[in-house]
Amino acid sequence: MSSKLLEVTDLKTYFPVRKGLLRRTVGHIRAVDGVSFAIRRGQTLGLVGESGCGKTTVARTIVRLIPATAGRVVFNEVDVLSADKNKLCQLRKDISLIFQDTYGSLNPRMTVGSIIGEPLKVHRAATNGPCLRRGKLVPAKAGITEQVVALLSKVGLSGDHINRYPHEFSGGQRQRIGIARALALAPKLIICDEPVSTLDISIAAQILNLLKDLQQESGLTYLFIAHDLTLVDFFCDVVAVMYMGRIVEQASAEELCRNPLHPYTRALMSAIPQIGGCPRHRRAASGCGIPSGLNPSVGCTFGPRCSLWLGHPCSGAGPDCLSQMPPLVESSDRKGHFVACWRVSVPA
Amino acid sequence: MSAEALLSLENLCVSFFTQACPERSRGAGVVLAVQDVSFSIRKGQTFAILGESGCGKTTVALAIMRLVPARQGKVVQGRILFEGRNLLELSEKQMRLIRGNKISMVFQEPATSLNPVYTVGDQIAEVIELHQNKDALASAPVAEVPPPQGRGLKVREDAVAILRKVGIADPERRALEYPHQFSGGMQQRVMIAMAISCNPALLIADEPTTALDTTVQAQILDLLDNLQEQNGMGILLITHNLGVAAQRADIIAVMYASRIVEIADARQLFAWPLHPYTQGLLQSLPHLGSSVERLPTIPGTVPEPLHFPSGCKFHPRCRIGCTDMRCRKIEPALREIQPGRSVACWYAKGYEKKIKN
Repeated sequence: MSSKLLEVTDLKTYFPVRKGLLRRTVGHIRAVDGVSFAIRRGQTLGLVGESGCGKTTVARTIVRLIPATAGRVVFNEVDVLSADKNKLCQLRKDISLIFQDTYGSLNPRMTVGSIIGEPLKVHRAATNGPCLRRGKLVPAKAGITEQVVALLSKVGLSGDHINRYPHEFSGGQRQRIGIARALALAPKLIICDEPVSTLDISIAAQILNLLKDLQQESGLTYLFIAHDLTLVDFFCDVVAVMYMGRIVEQASAEELCRNPLHPYTRALMSAIPQIGGCPRHRRAASGCGIPSGLNPSVGCTFGPRCSLWLGHPCSGAGPDCLSQMPPLVESSDRKGHFVACWRVSVPA
Repeated sequence: MSAEALLSLENLCVSFFTQACPERSRGAGVVLAVQDVSFSIRKGQTFAILGESGCGKTTVALAIMRLVPARQGKVVQGRILFEGRNLLELSEKQMRLIRGNKISMVFQEPATSLNPVYTVGDQIAEVIELHQNKDALASAPVAEVPPPQGRGLKVREDAVAILRKVGIADPERRALEYPHQFSGGMQQRVMIAMAISCNPALLIADEPTTALDTTVQAQILDLLDNLQEQNGMGILLITHNLGVAAQRADIIAVMYASRIVEIADARQLFAWPLHPYTQGLLQSLPHLGSSVERLPTIPGTVPEPLHFPSGCKFHPRCRIGCTDMRCRKIEPALREIQPGRSVACWYAKGYEKKIKN
């Protein structure tokens, strides 16, 4: 077994833009444009970026909820993107998801017991007694109810909650239900898509601690998607910063926060309102809004917002910034720190 | 309360009556959404209300705007003094002259607050026309009366000028666009443009940046700062983000379960939080570059408004108060223990002394 549980190589997801009466494809939105990363077993990789940068699309492409345009995803030595139905069924057991919206991701008409029990039923990991299926007698496994109660207590809810409906719970409790459902099939990888961004501060801390405890108990691997750098710094081992469908910087959490190299990462960090910092201080400018993914400019996509580029004409952009997208390369003086910026990676 | 206060709330209490137990039956079925809230905002000041969801911070804002839904809710006690007048005693007609004109509000979700079927310019123009240009329109000669489908030229120009003021590029063109053609940050700028179009004395910003990215959040908060510098308006900033409050507010009130538990100058609050709830909130926030394994948390959850605990509402989650009989039985009132610092906790330093005196 290799130490890498998930390896993504040059993943691309393009969405066609259709126009006109015949809905002809007139262009593509490059939601994910050549993303590569790997997660080791038991590790947590954080994916950070502003809304619309493609981080959720990466997650959805990995689990094949969205078809990939190009690239390779290897999970546990299985090629995900070319997996057939049977293999995919196994993959769905091994990879599970926790969603941001705790209202939307739980069916309001189902009880907590049936929500958490559904994956067990679908994957026949448990039945409520011996039953006939396709003419064969399926022997009883540990009952669904017992398993659901065990899962509930694992995420800090009581077994009495099993017959209640999602609306009877607070946001934090609902997220715990979502986590219990994700844990139901004992997955190897959990993709957490902004799991705490809708929760209150004190509740978010509880949920993050819970996720950490679960990781220590059962050696889970997380892909943690967030827009908040402080959360990612606390929670993750490795952090990848995404901008416009590409990873622009990747390093260990500690290294990234101590020594951000890419101007975008710096802008993100300086935009975090800090407690105890000088109030109302001015930040490193990060210019106008996000450019559209439909017609990316030639050259570095961050160019129009870049502090090394904008307003610094004399020290300014080399010809490369304007003509070519910089590749993600390891920094020459810092091992394991990857950055995609002409101004940083190419020593003067 | 000082005379220079722009807005001051005195012992404001707002209740909601649930359907199961209508207003007649007192006790059960009554949600005490806001209890005994008093504070004042001066001109040019930014006052932040900090609290978790459900603590009543938005209800305070709605009460100031007199927008508490009349069927379910009611201001049961207290006074809201704005420029010396009690807003609660005004008629609806008088209130409409203040609402959107002297006090205006920016909401959390710009996408749902804007009308999708009108252009952005039209929506801003509507505010101006309603409040400012009414007389101008009435006295205008017949030839200048605007065509039925459009608004007056002057109003439109005003709308464009305000869009420019809030940092929207190419405002002449963008004024003719619909809200869905704007990004989240730009929509919030439009909301702010609408809110400041009549030069309000007080701007209530209810979680103005919660739905936005951090970089955009910084831009929007900068914009509010700049507008405040120009107009000298007071801002009531409602937020659950400690960082935003720390950076942008002059004075912060921390709310928990319908009451203010602590009021202090922003710097002081974060340097020496007095209430255990404020201390817990500060600790449970991850910091950039700190290498902690686990986040310290406040145990338990925010109590439901129908089933508030007895005594101090924080006691079941408090590390000091959970065993103390007094905390369980008697609710501490908000008391000023130092100039400009108020707290509601039996165990806060200097709290008891104040009672004896």
